Amino acid sequence: MSSSTETAPNAARRRAMEAFAAADTQALLAAWQRIAGRLEASALRGPEAGLIMLRGRIGGGGAPFNLGEASVARASVRLASGEVGHAMVLGRDAEHARLAALFDAGWQRADWRGRIETEVIAPTLVALAEADRLSAEETEATRVDFFTMLRGEDD
Amino acid sequence: MYVAVKGGEAAIANAHRLLADRRRGDASVPALTLEQIAGQLALAVDRAMAEGSLYDPELAAMAVRQARGDLIEAIFLIRAYRTTLPRFGNAVPVDTGRMRIERRVSATYKDLPGGQLLGPTFDYTHRLIDPSMTGDVPVEPPLRRARTDAGCPRVTDILGQDGLIEPDQPDDREPGDLTREPLEFPAGRDLRLQALARGDEGFLLALGYSTQRGFARTHPFVGEIRIGLVDVEVEMPEVGFPVTIGRVRLTECQMVAQFKGSAKEPPQFTRGYGLVFGQSERKAMAMSLVDRALRADEFGEERNAPAQDEEFVLAHSDNVQATGFVEHLKLPHYVDFQAELDLVRRMRRAQATQAAASDESASGDDREAAE
Repeated sequence: MSSSTETAPNAARRRAMEAFAAADTQALLAAWQRIAGRLEASALRGPEAGLIMLRGRIGGGGAPFNLGEASVARASVRLASGEVGHAMVLGRDAEHARLAALFDAGWQRADWRGRIETEVIAPTLVALAEADRLSAEETEATRVDFFTMLRGEDD
Repeated sequence: MYVAVKGGEAAIANAHRLLADRRRGDASVPALTLEQIAGQLALAVDRAMAEGSLYDPELAAMAVRQARGDLIEAIFLIRAYRTTLPRFGNAVPVDTGRMRIERRVSATYKDLPGGQLLGPTFDYTHRLIDPSMTGDVPVEPPLRRARTDAGCPRVTDILGQDGLIEPDQPDDREPGDLTREPLEFPAGRDLRLQALARGDEGFLLALGYSTQRGFARTHPFVGEIRIGLVDVEVEMPEVGFPVTIGRVRLTECQMVAQFKGSAKEPPQFTRGYGLVFGQSERKAMAMSLVDRALRADEFGEERNAPAQDEEFVLAHSDNVQATGFVEHLKLPHYVDFQAELDLVRRMRRAQATQAAASDESASGDDREAAE
């Protein structure tokens, strides 16, 4: 996901945004109510539904081509405390995009960052890694182990 | 003179009401949920997404349900839906080399790095209808095995190292987009792949099959098929870096075909490429066969088969366009047909008059001969 050329703050924010995009909407809502309480926020843009054109590469590694579109939702918000947050998530869940943008803004507050990390980012990434591991292990069980049949011609 | 005729409003309204009832089926049977369709008819949903050219499993499940399982109708609904939404931008090209593998097989290398992972495949099943499908017999959970954390490089990257297979041509030019600009021929390979990725599976399957039967000379091997999840990364100008916004399931097929070489190129394997939304192995394979066939000019191959004819393939691969033009024939053509009917009558009269005239002169000749 994150490349090493990025500056550390960008890499940290990127990791956080990716976790918010992968998180469950209901879990985000509950966490936001716990962490932000009644802090006001205003919508700068959206939440709104739209499309992103997905691209492949010819042969896997060549020139890009347009593969087809995907549904996305995006939002930008400003917290009453001034921070601006942005989000785009795959799918049509506008509430997910709104909450992800709120969390992107909230993450920029030094006083909330720790709680957001422990209550939202870390659990989301752990759950994602666990689901990936389960799927990988199920796939692994279908690996073909070839063996060679010995023939009796040498006897 | 053209006389416009109106009518049928009540019939249409009643027909749609009847359709809604028939779509729902027996009301005493529970309605299908979207989770059931996306979860248990997943490959139908994948096909609707691929040919609808819009990745959204829940939306595709809605379309399949609304279309009573008619997938081309569902694809039509999805295409219509996408025209109502703004496009926010383009994703960074997906990196299939970093796919989270759910299935990966090669027909060319037994012991390739990463190995052969069968995944949830119909291959090697007996194709006998299972009597347990009448009920809901509990299914055993999948077995698990600890993951050996070796990478899973694309087979073409492995072969490529020996120079025996044509390499990818890295390039970052902006690809053409047939949803924005009408397709013109000859089309670049980027546009061809876009058209094939959304093309009708049945049409591409038949064309791919035709290349195997001799209508375009290729002797292909499946270098690799891989199915799995890839990250969707989008460059977000608001923050100034790319962000992964989710994952999509894709099927990729690398077809390799022998090439005897030319003045410029040594003998090597050339490639056809397939990349499709969802788990769509047949489609990805057919796409890669057709992609390779359409590259005939690049390799100085004679173009004499349908699968090599770019205009024939690309102008007829879209099933929404095809069904629109074929199915419009059932709509009222009363005036057109009246005009043609009139024309046929006049032609008949003319023919009858001509026949009568020639009969008369022929019988005149007979009389002369008799006299």
